[in-house]
Amino acid sequence: MPTLDMSTTPLREVNVTLQQAAKSQANAVYEITNPRGSHAVAVGLDGPLSVTVKGSTGYYCAGMNKTATIRVEGSAGPGVAENMMSGEVVIEGDASQYAGATGRGGLLNIKGNASSRCGISMKGIDIVVHGNIGHMSAFMAQKGNLVVLGDAGDALGDSLYEARLFVRGTVKSLGADCVEKEMRPEHIEILQDLLDRAGADAKPEEFKRYGSARRLYNFNIDHADEY
Amino acid sequence: MCGIVGLFLKKDDLRPKLGDMLTDMLITMTDRGPDSAGIAIYGEEAVGQIKITIQSDTPDTDFADLEQALSAAIDAPASVKPVDTHAVLVLPVEKEAAAVEFLEGKGLRIMGVGTSMEIYKEVGLPREVAARFGLRAMGGSHGIGHTRMATESAVTTMGAHPFSTADDQCLVHNGSLSNHNQMRRKLAKKGVFTKSENDTEVGAAYISSRIADGATLGQALEGTIDDLDGFFTFVTGTKNGFGVVRDPIACKPAVMAETDDYVAFASEYRAFADLPGIDAAKVWEPEPATVYFWER
Repeated sequence: MPTLDMSTTPLREVNVTLQQAAKSQANAVYEITNPRGSHAVAVGLDGPLSVTVKGSTGYYCAGMNKTATIRVEGSAGPGVAENMMSGEVVIEGDASQYAGATGRGGLLNIKGNASSRCGISMKGIDIVVHGNIGHMSAFMAQKGNLVVLGDAGDALGDSLYEARLFVRGTVKSLGADCVEKEMRPEHIEILQDLLDRAGADAKPEEFKRYGSARRLYNFNIDHADEY
Repeated sequence: MCGIVGLFLKKDDLRPKLGDMLTDMLITMTDRGPDSAGIAIYGEEAVGQIKITIQSDTPDTDFADLEQALSAAIDAPASVKPVDTHAVLVLPVEKEAAAVEFLEGKGLRIMGVGTSMEIYKEVGLPREVAARFGLRAMGGSHGIGHTRMATESAVTTMGAHPFSTADDQCLVHNGSLSNHNQMRRKLAKKGVFTKSENDTEVGAAYISSRIADGATLGQALEGTIDDLDGFFTFVTGTKNGFGVVRDPIACKPAVMAETDDYVAFASEYRAFADLPGIDAAKVWEPEPATVYFWER
């Protein structure tokens, strides 16, 4: 397995090597050692590459990921898997602020906790957090699923559009226009699939579903006089 | 942006290495704040005496005969140890007020006063600032460092962090306060005055003022959440303590690490990469609007 040692290889060379391998070597497996909290590790991969990062990363790890599988054997700094398109990003430790922000697809699987603004403006990504999430998570989330096995902080789902939020623990407070919704069979099915894919030891029936009350963004002709 | 680092040792055997560890952490945070850098270090306690750290733009002339002049002015023996643009003066504790008056009268800048705290800060890259002061060789029980990218006031020595507004107390800050002018006026009415236009100095003065009124370090830090408006990640030091608090929005980054040997704070995990035992340390992100502090 090719190994890129970040104590001797510059970040730009690491990313160029991975980006080229993603395009040219189907299903190759790479290992990155000594990330030491570096920023922008393994970003912009566009192909079925498998990358394991042996340690913790800084800002914007695995950003814009497409098709590749990236596993961080440590914690990730702010903005992990930002704007992910597809593929899978696994964080064995915790994730800092705005994990999975604006993500359009793929699975972000965080084994520890995620801090504030997890899934902010998500647009189709699936995020599974095995621990807790911080305040203002799923703010303006448009599409996709956010699954939290632990607790959620303040203002969950503020100004939410059509993303689905599933929380097993407590929610400190719901944001504007976010409400608890009925868990129907189709939601159990979606959640079971996500829990299975994330290797999460939980039953869908233990979760509550939250979503948009659709009073904030949806224009209602009956309210025309209010504008 | 700015970078903050802090290290609070739980055991004495790492004390000689405190400056070395903090220097590496500080340099790692250079790209968060390349315009100035500073460090507050809690070293050997001057028993029965007080240490005053001063700064001068013309240290060669100002420090040359300072020892005799200061000793004469306060009518007591005082020692002067020049360190680049700074000097650490040691004198009897009861002579603090007279010494400060004399030094300020000579136009020297007071960086900090305390029985164990020394403060060194200058404009320039963190690596250069650390080398000028020989930070690596400094030992101590705890220390706080800051790399500054200026927003609220000019790039000057006095605008650099840490800020000290009471004996053995200091504060570093990442963020910007929006009610600092109002708070500066409130504090002035109480007789608490700041020396610069800087927002962080107001935060430091607020905490010192609360402690002077009888609050514990923890209570004073709790007060910042209600009384200070704006963005802040604060790290503060006292003679025996080390505290951290973030505003409720918490957009300024923060990460902490704890082992049996130390508690460490940094703006980014990168700063921890060389700390001993970091792979097995408990590493976490401090919660918003939550006070953390350690005292020995």
